Amino acid sequence: MPNSKVNDFVIRFANVNGTGSASANYLFAKAIFRMGIPVTPKNIFPSNIQGLPTWYDVRVSEKGYLGRREGVDLMVCVNPQSMPDDVLSVKSGGYFIYDCTKALNPALIRPDVTYIGLPLMEMCLREFTDPRQRQLFKNIIYVGALSALLDIEFSVLEQLLAEQFVGKEKLVAMNIKAMNLGIEYIHSNYAYPLDIRLERRDLVGDKILIDGNSACGLGAVYGGATVVAWYPITPSTSVVEAFESYAKKLRVDKETGKRNYAIVQAEDELAAIGMVIGANWNGARSFTATSGPGLSLMNEFLGLAYFAEIPTVLIDVQRTGPSTGMPTRTQQSDILLAAYASHGDTKQVLVFPSTPKECFEMTAEALDLAESLQTPIIMMTDLDLGMNDHMSEPFQWDDARKYDRGKVLNASQLEELPRFGRYLDVDGDGITYRTIPGTHPTKGSFFTRGTSRDEYAAYTEDGRVYARNMDRLLKKWNTAKDIVPAPYLYQKESKSPYGLIFFGTSTYSAEEAMDTMAVSGLNFDAMRLRAFPFNQTVEDFIHTHEKVFIIEQNRDGQMRSLLINELNVSPQKMIPVLNFDGMPITAHAIISLIDKNLSPTLNGSTSKILS
Amino acid sequence: MTYIRPKFRHPDLPKNDLGYTTREYEGSLSTLCAGCGHDSISGSILQACFELSIPPHRIAKLSGIGCSSKTPNYFLGNSHGFNSVHGRMPSVATGANMANRDLIYMGVSGDGDTASIGMGQFVHVIRRNLNMVYIVMNNGCYGLTKGQDSATADAGSKSKAGSVNPFQPIDLAGLALELGASFVAQSFSGDKEQLVPLIKAAVSHPGFAFINVISPCVTFNNNPGSTKSYDYVREHIEATGKTDLVPEKSEILASYESGTGTEVMLHDGTFIKLEKLAANRDPFNRMDAMNALRNARNRNEILTGLLYIETETEDLHHTINSTDRPLNTLDEADLCPGSAVLAEINEDLR
Repeated sequence: MPNSKVNDFVIRFANVNGTGSASANYLFAKAIFRMGIPVTPKNIFPSNIQGLPTWYDVRVSEKGYLGRREGVDLMVCVNPQSMPDDVLSVKSGGYFIYDCTKALNPALIRPDVTYIGLPLMEMCLREFTDPRQRQLFKNIIYVGALSALLDIEFSVLEQLLAEQFVGKEKLVAMNIKAMNLGIEYIHSNYAYPLDIRLERRDLVGDKILIDGNSACGLGAVYGGATVVAWYPITPSTSVVEAFESYAKKLRVDKETGKRNYAIVQAEDELAAIGMVIGANWNGARSFTATSGPGLSLMNEFLGLAYFAEIPTVLIDVQRTGPSTGMPTRTQQSDILLAAYASHGDTKQVLVFPSTPKECFEMTAEALDLAESLQTPIIMMTDLDLGMNDHMSEPFQWDDARKYDRGKVLNASQLEELPRFGRYLDVDGDGITYRTIPGTHPTKGSFFTRGTSRDEYAAYTEDGRVYARNMDRLLKKWNTAKDIVPAPYLYQKESKSPYGLIFFGTSTYSAEEAMDTMAVSGLNFDAMRLRAFPFNQTVEDFIHTHEKVFIIEQNRDGQMRSLLINELNVSPQKMIPVLNFDGMPITAHAIISLIDKNLSPTLNGSTSKILS
Repeated sequence: MTYIRPKFRHPDLPKNDLGYTTREYEGSLSTLCAGCGHDSISGSILQACFELSIPPHRIAKLSGIGCSSKTPNYFLGNSHGFNSVHGRMPSVATGANMANRDLIYMGVSGDGDTASIGMGQFVHVIRRNLNMVYIVMNNGCYGLTKGQDSATADAGSKSKAGSVNPFQPIDLAGLALELGASFVAQSFSGDKEQLVPLIKAAVSHPGFAFINVISPCVTFNNNPGSTKSYDYVREHIEATGKTDLVPEKSEILASYESGTGTEVMLHDGTFIKLEKLAANRDPFNRMDAMNALRNARNRNEILTGLLYIETETEDLHHTINSTDRPLNTLDEADLCPGSAVLAEINEDLR
């Protein structure tokens, strides 16, 4: 079929990490974005600094599907280590670009793949003298070659380089020289463009391209966070780095040069969350970011913050567990640990962003929620959302918006109060009034503790008083249900006996799977979860469907377990749809698993949905 | 301690500059054992704050877990307190201090809370020179779990049950000196005359001020053979000199008397007077302090008093260049860059 592959393919770059390939590959992806074509880049990198294989997948999708897709249409392999596997991962009829300075091992030649050799090393040795440049420009030469093969507009690449190297014209010129080397080589040696190629479209609109971690960092700046404490851990490190980089530009007093924020790199995750709790207790908005191992360590303090009712914001950029797991691969596998973090009866508020825009909004909102609910808010993002660039709706901010500082009494309110009770449920919603240290000389002080206490914060071992407090915490939990971000329903009313539930980065592929299955006549109702606790809408959705498929990225169906545990629903109708290999879930995987469940009579063979 | 506190107060109780009596600095009734050294330290903290005329609500009390960490409930009832989790007081204090640099942070911990589970946080809070007072009520044992040896128990010290501690102790004052603490003192709970001025000096010090206070556990570690008993400490104490704090700020000019005493001028103009300094003691010399401490230990003596002070010191806020205003007072106008800036950020991402 002619043109079937225009703006619809997957290209994979196979590089050695630490060789500067990431910025060249990003240049490639950004050029496609600038041509108005939806694009999803994904960096698949090792837990290592230099010398190991790393891949960069770019999916181009005219239909705007932003999830990962299996099958490589074009492989750019500049890593001899991974070459044997890379050849095998190319789809039949696809292309394999390699450095032909050295002859290809005949064993790697497949009859169903077209090979395009570029003498990258030879060209670099001839054209450049500096050893580092010889390495870096290899990457730019292949971007040039791709621009000829795939019809990337040269002016777009030129513009991107000019923006990247403002004031460094010499560097721009060298990059353009390298790019032209690639273009000329294709022009004189190969037929171009290929059948997989690009055509300018207007499908991007005002969207932006950014990673979720940067969006979280920016959201924290907008949301008024002033104290940040953290401990480095992949894949969350760039959240705080982004906060710092934005704060340096946006939060420094112009007159004094002093900072309207404080960042402390803690000695470990225990200290990081302790600092966040101390700062919030003292009336500053404060957050930390971590990943699974850090969340495990923070459990003790999360219990204190839950029980002593101290606002806390924690961004958990999930990676593949258990233990150290696969530190540079993605998963949604901290859900149960986060939901019930710490010993005793605890329940923690979770929010689930699925796009950079939501990372931005939910971080700012989490700072509000933490103070209005006086409890930890854990944002459950993941490596895929956090570290990869995503095409997203632009960020928005209403200048009239005020921070919701929750129920905090000031000095004059304390003056009028006959007696202050820190844990006294005055309003009947389970949320009590707090005071910030230093507010009033003789009123409003209290002793914050992780031990049981009465309504006036005095220590008690009276079981009835203890139970009364625990019940009030549950009342607060119920209040939270309608304050936290509501689930998103894809339909006004149920149209199908089957429902899909998903959240976070499973969303892209779940949406694509729905589209694909609808073409085969199989329609689903769908709901995207955005927070825990679940509200009535979630329970109703499950009740009104015969079968509900819960799509998530972990082995044990943790969200499914949480739904079953928290809601009055039958486990039998809750069907897990899981992916846990550390790679983002694909629409194909979702469809296969749903198909297997709905077509049991076919005994595992391909049904009509997949054909 | 008695469980009945008389409501009567002498009408002529002395008042401080704020017009407060010590009553405004009292806390709840202590539930520690009668004769506990910790209660004496609480009393000294109370007395120091009273004498310094600090408005109680300008102090935040922080602690970890253990007998010592319960004490913030028993002094400064008009101050906010935070009894956090075991060994983690320094991190909570760090966050609190970052949020509001204008309060005084009074951290109270024990030898278990600091020298074992909290060692990591103790070490790092010193390294950051957080502006706080850090008092360890050091009794060499775990009182709340009935007397197990702690990491500061001396090798050879005998427990109440007669077992001998085989492990070397961690010397917290020595460690603080080694780590670069800008104020290090050591004292004894039974010596209020020495402890109160030390606490006052620590409060006035503009950086991390550490006081290791030997505080006998009357119930589990006050037996013959224990090196943390009242009798043993009284017999082996060696004061490095008498300390006093002169809070007059602008009236006294810096003058260093020769002979037996010296005065240390703090950042805010307050003086610490060191009288009757032991021969050859130099409180401005870290090496000298470390040697003196080690030599005393070799003689089985406990060196007390102000061991070391660094008057020109820069705390964490200075290091990270944070604003002079308390961060917890900043509002949307200070913090939120607004929609116009956001539109520019969006544009850069296209």
